[in-house]
Amino acid sequence: MSVIKFVKSVKEGSIDVVKNAEKAVLESKKINSEYNYFNAFDETALAQAMIVDKKVRKGIAGKLAGVIISVKDCICVKGVESTAGSAVLKGYRPLFDAAAVEKCRAEDAIIIGKTAQDEFGFGGFNVNIGNGFKIPLNPLDKSRSCGGSSGGAAGITQKASFPHLAIAESTGGSIVNPAAFCGVVGLCPTYGRVSRYGLIDYANSLDKIGTMAKSCADAGLLLSVISGHDEKDSTSSNNKLQYFEFKNSVKGMKIGIVKEAFGEGVDSRIVDRVSDAIRKFEDKGAETVSVSLPTTFKYGIPTYYILAMCEASTNLAKYCGMRYGAHSELKGMFNQYFSAVRTKNFGAEAKRRILLGTFARMAGYRDAYYIKAAQARTRIIEEYKQAFKQCDVLAAPTMPILPPTFEEISKLTPLQNYMADILTVGPNLAGLPHLSLPCGKINDFSAGLQLIGNHFEELELLEVGNAYEQK
Amino acid sequence: MNITKELVKRVAQQSRLDLSDEEVEKLIPQLKEILQAFSEIDKLDTKNVEPSFHPIEIKNVLREDKIKEGLSNEDALSLTPHKKNNYFLGPKTL
Repeated sequence: MSVIKFVKSVKEGSIDVVKNAEKAVLESKKINSEYNYFNAFDETALAQAMIVDKKVRKGIAGKLAGVIISVKDCICVKGVESTAGSAVLKGYRPLFDAAAVEKCRAEDAIIIGKTAQDEFGFGGFNVNIGNGFKIPLNPLDKSRSCGGSSGGAAGITQKASFPHLAIAESTGGSIVNPAAFCGVVGLCPTYGRVSRYGLIDYANSLDKIGTMAKSCADAGLLLSVISGHDEKDSTSSNNKLQYFEFKNSVKGMKIGIVKEAFGEGVDSRIVDRVSDAIRKFEDKGAETVSVSLPTTFKYGIPTYYILAMCEASTNLAKYCGMRYGAHSELKGMFNQYFSAVRTKNFGAEAKRRILLGTFARMAGYRDAYYIKAAQARTRIIEEYKQAFKQCDVLAAPTMPILPPTFEEISKLTPLQNYMADILTVGPNLAGLPHLSLPCGKINDFSAGLQLIGNHFEELELLEVGNAYEQK
Repeated sequence: MNITKELVKRVAQQSRLDLSDEEVEKLIPQLKEILQAFSEIDKLDTKNVEPSFHPIEIKNVLREDKIKEGLSNEDALSLTPHKKNNYFLGPKTL
């Protein structure tokens, strides 16, 4: 049942919110014991349901009445351990809700728990987990990756039989990547559309909180709730996504096909399925045009990784074992103490990114790496702006490969890991909204169709995605 | 570029990370490979191009200068065992 139908049924009194929550909690814990999608459960879920139930009975329940929502671990939930998947934050129970979580609660959603991720979001296969965490498994084949970094969010979105929505987060592709690998819808909004207050940051100029669901309509519903200005995040936009009715038509719309995204290195089966989907849009009256993004494809990966690592290395400087999270016995001089706590608690990929980011910002290297990458980012943003003069929406595959097995991943070098983000770093660098939806089976999996829109054009993406779902 | 053991150790020290010799040896080829790939951006012409530190235009945001309630001292200290006389207690600095 769709979330939209579920809320309607709750308000009509045909679904009991408390019973539904009980069932959802039991099922989630059972799934978790097999697939590792949750880092922590919110043990107040049933108490939340009882409060919502009273409001339903009074006829004053909100837009997400009784809907079960999972929250990526890097997004703070008051009183529930929130670690961003890192041992350095073990034991941290925030004293406040992230703005996105607060907005869901105001519409009477039920927060069920914190979903698994790569440590601080540092990965695309969700294998770069923090010390002591478990790797989430692909819901369609347990020997394979569920994608990352929002792997737990995508896994539970696919696996839950109850109506469920996920709050996820993307820095370089961490929403659409796992959505494609797990066969669900992932919606990463425009930079600033959702407040980042309460997000445990990875790279501030790239981080975006977004949504996952089983359909575009449901993913859009959640975005409409969590978007909008928040005075606690000065980069958040006044531009709130208003909830809307779909036109169910793509007639007259211009879809730009990203030439480079169908070339070498992309699995031919994925190319076929995405090409089939594009033909369906043509059948429904959309016009297609070929668009080329040479700078983005040639320089996107180094540009993204330099900027993301520079920002991450400064963000992670605050974890020092004093005020919250992991700590140790206070001994030695301050630098010795901080170094000991950090060395023990950061995982291998976090250390690698801290080192590379620190290096790229050091005197003598800063201009060659950090500033150069920021200039390259301008060129990439301009390239997309030019592209949107030719079309309304861009279409490409989301991931170049099907979910790899853990054995295959273990043979990759760190650089080969980074290269898997080739199709997703562009829209993330440019802060453009992008959506992934399943578009045709390949064995047990689905190819992911990625739709990219101009800034604040999420509605267009959802309209196109919804039209595809109506086939 | 030449990534030496000394350079990796120096960066690690600045990052407040203690790396064993074994870890440094393992990191050197990885960092070399990654930095070489990063250096590809040297080929991109960025003459007279302004850097973008955000993907969209960011405006300065001000609010009325009114005091708002923040975290209480008690709450702020509730997440750590390291505290004394209503302050955080840190390691020695001198």
